Amino acid sequence: MPPHPFALVGSGAPQPCRPHPRFLVTRPQWATLVESLEVTPEVAVLGLWGDPALVHAVLLDEATGRFCIASAPTADGRYLALSPVRPGAARFERMVQDLWGLVAEGAADLRPWLDHGRWPVTAPLAARPAPHAMPPPQPEFLPAEGEGLHQIPVGPVHAGIIEPGHFRFHVQGETVVRLEQRLGYLHKGSIGLMLGKPARVAARFAARLSGDSTVAHGWAFAQAVEAALEVTPPPRAIALRALMAELERIHNHLNDWGFVCNDAAFTWPHARCGALREGVLRAAAVAFGHRLMMDRVIPGGVSVDITPGGAAAVGAALDAVAAEIPTLLAVYESHASLQDRVVGTGVVDAGLAARFAAGGYVGRATGRGFDARAMPGYAPYPELQPQVPVLTQGDVDARVRIRIAELEDSLRMARALLAGLPPGEVTVALPQRGGEGLGITEGFRGECLHHVVLDDGGLVRAVFPRDPSWLQWPLLEAAIEGNIVADFPLCNKSFNCSYSGVDL
Amino acid sequence: MQSLRRLMWPRLARSLFATPLTDPPPVVPEELVQALADRLEESSQQRLGRSLSIRQVDAGSCNGCELEINALNNVVHDLERFGLRFVASPRHADVLLVTGPLTRNMREALERTWACTPDPKWIVAVGDCAVDGGVFKGSYAVEGGIGAALPVDLVIPGCPPTPTQMLEGLLALVEAQSRPAGR
Ligand code: SF4
Repeated sequence: MPPHPFALVGSGAPQPCRPHPRFLVTRPQWATLVESLEVTPEVAVLGLWGDPALVHAVLLDEATGRFCIASAPTADGRYLALSPVRPGAARFERMVQDLWGLVAEGAADLRPWLDHGRWPVTAPLAARPAPHAMPPPQPEFLPAEGEGLHQIPVGPVHAGIIEPGHFRFHVQGETVVRLEQRLGYLHKGSIGLMLGKPARVAARFAARLSGDSTVAHGWAFAQAVEAALEVTPPPRAIALRALMAELERIHNHLNDWGFVCNDAAFTWPHARCGALREGVLRAAAVAFGHRLMMDRVIPGGVSVDITPGGAAAVGAALDAVAAEIPTLLAVYESHASLQDRVVGTGVVDAGLAARFAAGGYVGRATGRGFDARAMPGYAPYPELQPQVPVLTQGDVDARVRIRIAELEDSLRMARALLAGLPPGEVTVALPQRGGEGLGITEGFRGECLHHVVLDDGGLVRAVFPRDPSWLQWPLLEAAIEGNIVADFPLCNKSFNCSYSGVDL
Repeated sequence: MQSLRRLMWPRLARSLFATPLTDPPPVVPEELVQALADRLEESSQQRLGRSLSIRQVDAGSCNGCELEINALNNVVHDLERFGLRFVASPRHADVLLVTGPLTRNMREALERTWACTPDPKWIVAVGDCAVDGGVFKGSYAVEGGIGAALPVDLVIPGCPPTPTQMLEGLLALVEAQSRPAGR
């Protein structure tokens, strides 16, 4: 019986990462870790990324709520794959190969992921990227065999106003036999752009990893930098961050609730949710000077204080939302044409969600009650006591209902924050020194993780921003299996994974 | 109470008499209309009339721009009252509304979309990224703006531009169709 993954990783050489520890393990220890993970299903692999000569994996022990990072050296650019024991690691391994040129031995899948063969270099983040001038290869898709099967290619340019990605359906009649996603179209090279920049400049890229989660990602990055430098932002900044984060959750939940109804051809909730959401965005613009609150969270605090009229504007927008939720919910629940489309559609199996450690409403709609605001928890949430709703049906309806429950709880917390904003400054100066930190916040979609290493001059030496969609996208492939093609938009919207967030 | 809430028709009936939620139209900058009219003249493009069909293409956005473009469709901005509407295919479009710094991985898809759009057609670059790459300028993975691949007619800067700013630009495009050139 191999030792518990945390005991094993903890026996490695401790590195100065805060507040969650990082250990450098040897290659044989990494190999034992893979064995150990196989028999310890409660330990989740939340992310995997590279360095020119190392791989890092962030682990969560769901039984104790502890986090740690395991780092292992590579040999000749190779390391032992985690995907045979943690299927969620497969896309990370493909990404690590594309960006750092490190190969996962024994991996489930090593086809390119982000690299479509169109960059002027290969392995752009490796110590020595190689020039590249070959024509782009044809992508390969996993086969599906059987009588009467045909393929439907969709994207990268979609019919709606959404992000680009390619979906390859294998269908039999109306029924989806297999869906395979091909992403990477939005790869902008964010990690490369963050390297060598001062923390506050790099924060602009964290804020643009996925625009709909700009506050959550900005906050996770800021947390990582603050942990690295051992600074604590002022209480007022922390409260304002939480207020902005809850406004972000509210506007996104409203948006997607409306869109799910719209995709079921029921437009009234969509119109109402759109109007309410517009009210929230306008209030955010009054209070913080930007509708999406981009660049408002910065390492060391927040870049702007709430304006004098801001609290009243936000309060009024929240009241409008609160007043209408009961009606919207009653309409959502009582229209058979709508319920018929959402109930029992796109079911995610609880076991699969647990194996992938899917966060956010995707996990919570099928029994995985993880919420970073509660575990590990971070200021000011312990005082606010966020509720973590959990359902077990795992269908489109369950994902919508989780979001409605969260919407109501966010309204409660946002009002509490507004009523009790502590006085004082909103930023602290950042000392110019080195350090390493891991930041974890709960965005509307799930947990955002940022790992940052700063050099002695305070410049970013290494960074990895991990969007929650990494572990949710693969479940969409499973959720649509056996459903009809016409239900795909509905399923997709109920997940609403970020393309930009995972394309980096 | 609960049963009343479920009924939609009283709500719909009431909204017939309520004041609309829609914002008044934004003021369209005169110089912009004239500049676009001149550009039309120069390219001796056929006029499209006062209604435009728009196909949106994300060429590398962070999705912030898409959120605000989607907001153009909500009841407050109500894009369709101006004769502007989003269409599902470039083959039905008069305007491509493009966001993002143009990633290398999206270039071919954007060029093909443009090739599918029938003449006469406009191309509008939305957001700082689409103008010149924005913060992503200089990355190995981006071309640095939509202009690197296609002849941009109008830029709407901002990160992201507000729906009102986008509306101003799009309305200027509509106005320019019915305006003779300045020279
Ligand atoms: S302009 Fe700003 S909001 Fe728009 S895609 Fe670029 S970074 Fe995102």
